[in-house]
Parts: sequence; structure tokens; C-alpha cells
Amino acid sequence: MSSTRQLLAAGPRMFKGRRRPPGHHHLRGSDFAWAIAFALPYAAVFFVFVVYPFGYAMWMAAKPSLYAELIADRLYAPALVNTLLFVGLGVNVKMFLALLLSGFFMRRRWWIKALLAVYILPWALAATQACISFHWMLIGEQGLVDGLLSALFGIDGPIWFNHRWLALGSNIVAYIWKWMPFWTLVFLAARMRIPRDIYDSAEVDGAIGVRRFVHVTFPLLANLYLICTLLSTLWTLGDFTTVYLVSGGGPAGTTEVLATLGFHYAFDASKPARGVAVVISAVPVLIPITIVLMRRLQASEAQL
Amino acid sequence: MSSATWSLPLARRRNRLRRGLTEAGSVMLGVALLIWSLLPVYNMLLIALDPEEGEIEFSGNLYPPEVSFEGFWDVVTQEARYLEDFWHQFGNSLYIGLLTMVLTVLIGSLASFAVTRMRLAKGSLLTNAALLTYAIPASFLIVPYYRIMHLYGLSDNLWAVIAAQVSFATPFAILIMQLYGSLIPFELDDAARVDGASAVQLYLRIYLPLMAPALAVVAVYALLLAWNDYLYQAVLLSPRNMTVSVTQGQLFTDADAPWNAMMAAAIIYVLPPIVLLFALRRYVAASLSMEVDKG
Repeated sequence: MSSTRQLLAAGPRMFKGRRRPPGHHHLRGSDFAWAIAFALPYAAVFFVFVVYPFGYAMWMAAKPSLYAELIADRLYAPALVNTLLFVGLGVNVKMFLALLLSGFFMRRRWWIKALLAVYILPWALAATQACISFHWMLIGEQGLVDGLLSALFGIDGPIWFNHRWLALGSNIVAYIWKWMPFWTLVFLAARMRIPRDIYDSAEVDGAIGVRRFVHVTFPLLANLYLICTLLSTLWTLGDFTTVYLVSGGGPAGTTEVLATLGFHYAFDASKPARGVAVVISAVPVLIPITIVLMRRLQASEAQL
Repeated sequence: MSSATWSLPLARRRNRLRRGLTEAGSVMLGVALLIWSLLPVYNMLLIALDPEEGEIEFSGNLYPPEVSFEGFWDVVTQEARYLEDFWHQFGNSLYIGLLTMVLTVLIGSLASFAVTRMRLAKGSLLTNAALLTYAIPASFLIVPYYRIMHLYGLSDNLWAVIAAQVSFATPFAILIMQLYGSLIPFELDDAARVDGASAVQLYLRIYLPLMAPALAVVAVYALLLAWNDYLYQAVLLSPRNMTVSVTQGQLFTDADAPWNAMMAAAIIYVLPPIVLLFALRRYVAASLSMEVDKG
């Protein structure tokens, strides 16, 4: 496998684009003013619409007694478990399948290219409407899924939203359906950038099929895979629409996640501070994920 | 099987068998993916093409017993219950979506141009801080947003939603543009400089055209973010300023709503981003495969 190893060692360097020339560079007077003017709109947006709301949230949720109330709350612990399952299963299953399917879409067949156009449709479909369609599809014997189950296998499908785990599972499946295509495209793009010769020399060394995936493709994509998984974890923790519009948090609030429970307290129960405390209680998990993510991004700027 | 096949060397026969199995496997996977991707879309059509109004009369139908475009007609003429203001709401959604898209591309490209191309000292602090936005998911900030928009005098204003969407779309836009921009040689800027180009000309004549594929990706991303949103529109807007998503989301468990028309409205609503994505697919594909690298 020596030739493969050499290429693998050279791999990351091959991916890097032209880097900023070394040496410090001082902007001339008017250029400096322009650069500031260009950066200013985003800086303003960041402080006015990100930093301030975040500070406001921390201020609203600062009272320790709020968290004592939360722990005593009947709905909080189940929401934590649901969030863990929704994010843990949703993100990891989605990412792993996306990675595998990106290999499938690398195949050069006209019908696979056509299929890709259909496959990315869920990503382009607005989330609200897609989730509503999932809701009616799983509504029970009137829905399409139970209709298919009875037509194909002659079994009576369940009423999906009457059972906690079935409802939670429905949310996860709807989530995977909606977001898997986006990440498949990201991995597909990364695979396309792997130089052909790496595969050629790997093939000479006998790495084909599963072995090629384990020893060549995956090591090259591992960093990207980690970055994407972390980013997706952050986004999924904040996914409100899927749970709110597929199971609606039902039955009896047993499938609520932190995002929907916070909303429920703030706007249905008129307890805004408790609503903010629910979501702020996830911050101790969010901060380390963000730190790892930023380190990884800096370490591999051009690799993504 | 013919005798010729049997006389082939074992390795070749095994190879052929494996190729056949792979082919069969990928066809099966393809069919499964087709069903998986299209089932919820088909479900939308199934409901939208039903003539019945009111009660969901499906009883597990696998195809519409009687295809009818009544639902679509009722949406277009705004005759369906709950959809009397459909086109006004659609206009609101479009306004939010398009402005989010334009502002994200503009603000994001200006910032990443200043930081990566003009090498603004300490500018990377800004783009790194931008990523911190994702430390707190958008939905977690809805309560403070609701209050802050009131302070800013933007309650029940479409601009409140636009501001929220732009704030959450721009960090990803900057990330993409930074990664893509690192593939454009700095020599181009230097050459233009020697010819006397100003910073603005550099941005307009060199940066934007070369970044077109990345800008297309960012535009699609920002539009989809705004188009996917339910929470911010539901909380920050009053019934006077409703959007299509909020109307639909608020009625989603109501079996008495005219669901054929509701689903028809949903289908009309989901079309614009799909059209945009397919219109820009060349750019999106180019950006994804980073063709510029070879140029």
C-alpha cells in the first residue's frame, strides 16, 4: 500500500487552494476606510441582531430559581431525552447515510444523474409544507402510509401520533428526509475533488469496494465529516419546525424537544423567562461543540 | 447458461457476477430512493387533487378517486376558507425571501471581501465571531427577538423577520465565500491594482464575477432559510401581516380546513425555490465541484 500512503500523505496539500501570500500587508488610507465600510454592515448586524438578543436571553434566564423549577417540571426531563434522541439519531443516521449515498451518486450512469435531481427535491421543498405533508401522511388509517401498509401487507397501521416512540420516530424520519439531500450534496462535492490518481493507485494496491471506502475515501473525508456533523448538531438542536409540525409535540407533550418546549412556555403558557431558561439550559452543551467546530475549521480552512 | 460462459476463467466470471450484482443493487437502491424522496410529495398531490372539501375523505386512498383541480382553482381565486388572502400572504413570503436573499449575498460578500481580499487587519476576528452565531440555534432566541423587535420599533413588521433571517444566514454565507474565495489567485487583485483599480472596482469587476458560483449557492441557501421558516414569521408577525407558512402551520391539525385547497396552496408555495434551484443548478454544481481550482 506504499504508493497509496504517499498520495494520502500528500492528499490534504493537494486540496489546498492558493493561500494568502505570507508577509504583513498594510492597507493604504482610503483602502482602509473602504475595508472598514465593507465590513461594517455585517458587524452592525452581528451586534444588533445576534449579540444583543443573546445577552438579552442570558439576562432573562439568569435567575437560578428558574432552573430549580425546570428540574421539578413534569415536561422538562422527557424533553431532554427527546432532544437527545432526536439530535443523536437524526444527525448521525442522516450523516452516515448521506456519506454512503454520496458514493452511490458518484456512479456515472445517466439515470443516477437524473435520480439526483429528484433526490434533492426534499431539500428544496419548504419545511413547513413538507412537515404538514408528513403529518397527514401518518395521521392514521386515513393517511397514505397506513393505506399503503394495508394494501401491500394487509396490516392495520398504527395511529402514529398516539404513541410517544412512534411519534418521535416519525419526527426523526421526517427530519432525515428533509435534510439528508443537502449533506449528500456536500459529501458528493468533496468526493469529486478527490484526485482520480489516489483511487487508481489504491486500486493497484488492491483497495476496492468496502476496503477502498475504509482506507481511502473515509480518511480523506473524515475531517469534513466531523465538521459537518458538528454544524448539523448545532442546527438540529434548534430545529423547531419538524417537531412542531409533524407530531406537534404530542401525544400530551411527550415528544416535545427543548426548542418547542421553550416556545410552548413562552407563548402558550405566558412564562417567557421559563421558556428562555429551557433553551439556555442547552448552552453548556452548545459551547464545547462550537469550540471544537471552530478549531477544526481553522485547522483545515481550504479542505471543506 | 452457455458453455462459453463456463469456459471463462474463474476470476473473470466472478468479476462479471459482481458487476451484475452491483448493477442490480444500484437499481434497487435507486427505486427505493425514488419512493423515499417522492412519497411525501405524492401525498401533497393526492390531497390537493381531491374534490372533497372539509372532512379528509381519504380512508387510506392510494390515488385520488376522482382527479379534480378544484383545490388549485379555489386557491388561485382566493375562494377557499382560510385562504382569502392567499396572494397577499404569498407576496409577503416572497418579499421576505427575496430581501433575505439579496441582503445576505450583499452583506456577506462585502464582509468576506474586506476580510479575505483586502486583508483588513484583525478582520478574521469578525468572521470567526460570525460563526459564534451558530453556538445558539436561531429558534432559541425567539423570545428575546420578540422583545427586542419591539424596542427597535419593528413589531409586526416584515423587516423584523428579514433582519432575523439575514443574521442567521450570513455566517454560513461568509464561511462558504471564504472557502471559495481562497481558490481565487491573489495575483489577479495585484494585477488590477497595478492598473489602478480602486477597492470598489476590485469588488465589482473581479471579486463578484469570479465568485458567481459561490454567490449562487449562498443565494439559494438564504432563500431556502427564509422560505423554510415558520417560527420567526409566526411570532414576529400579526394576522394582518401573515405569510403562507404561518397560515398553513397554524391550521395543520385542523381536519375541518379545506385540505385539498390547503395542499394546493402548499404546492404553489413550494415551487419558487425549486425553480430557482434548477435555474442555478449549473452554478451550484460548479461551486460544489470548485471548478475554478483548475482555471
